[in-house]
Amino acid sequence: MALDIKLNKDKTKLYAFLDGEIDHHSSVFLRTDIDLNITLYKPKALFIDFSAVTFMDSSGIGLVMGRYKKMNEIGGRVYIQNPPNHIKRVMLLSGVNRLAKIVNADMISEEVETLEEGAK
Amino acid sequence: MKKVQNEVKVRFLSASENESFSRTLVCGFALSLRPRVDELGDIKTAVSEAVTNAIVHGYRSTVGYIDMLLRTYDDRSLYIKIRDRGCGIADVKKAMEPLFTTAPEEERAGLGFAVMESFMDKLLVKSEVNKGTTVIMIKRIVGIDGYKTEKQN
Repeated sequence: MALDIKLNKDKTKLYAFLDGEIDHHSSVFLRTDIDLNITLYKPKALFIDFSAVTFMDSSGIGLVMGRYKKMNEIGGRVYIQNPPNHIKRVMLLSGVNRLAKIVNADMISEEVETLEEGAK
Repeated sequence: MKKVQNEVKVRFLSASENESFSRTLVCGFALSLRPRVDELGDIKTAVSEAVTNAIVHGYRSTVGYIDMLLRTYDDRSLYIKIRDRGCGIADVKKAMEPLFTTAPEEERAGLGFAVMESFMDKLLVKSEVNKGTTVIMIKRIVGIDGYKTEKQN
């Protein structure tokens, strides 16, 4: 299954929409793409959206932990956005939610709206 | 004694593409037990962890074969044996500790064994340095029909 990253940008927030299966094989490409955008835009917050993720093993935890470190260096935060239940389970098992807060869908639609207005 | 109902043996290269192939294959094999969706998810994740370990740690920068043996038993349990002939683990107990990893630069979280342990009923790890590692996992499948239907048959 393919993975697709979409990045929406405004001045302070970076959104990474993940799509498909996250394992060791696919996470290598994901982290390169996300890190490139972190370096380019130096956002205050990174939202990693898991709503379209169909499978994730502990490589996904490594992905979040790595981005947390990277964002921490530039004084930014990481949010785990909209994880489906099976993914939330792996997140909670690892305790990675103590580094990156899990945020719900309502917050996202609001954030994305302001983001789109800002882009106009 | 429980009886073997079905058995499959596969051998594949330690290429990272085979992580998704192997977990999909195990899922397909487990379907005869009519598992629930969440049970399938558990199996998929555990297999992915074990195979990734063999690829990332067992064979590191080399390529080798991974042998997988799958069985279903008449007590509705699924047996998975994953074996590599890679570098092996010197201290299995230490390797199984949550967050322990020998590859932090590759962003390995050190949670592979913890995930296998919590998503499967039984986990057994045998390893010898320079000989390889064998992981055995067993899970009893409740299934979409539950145990009751099974007894009525």
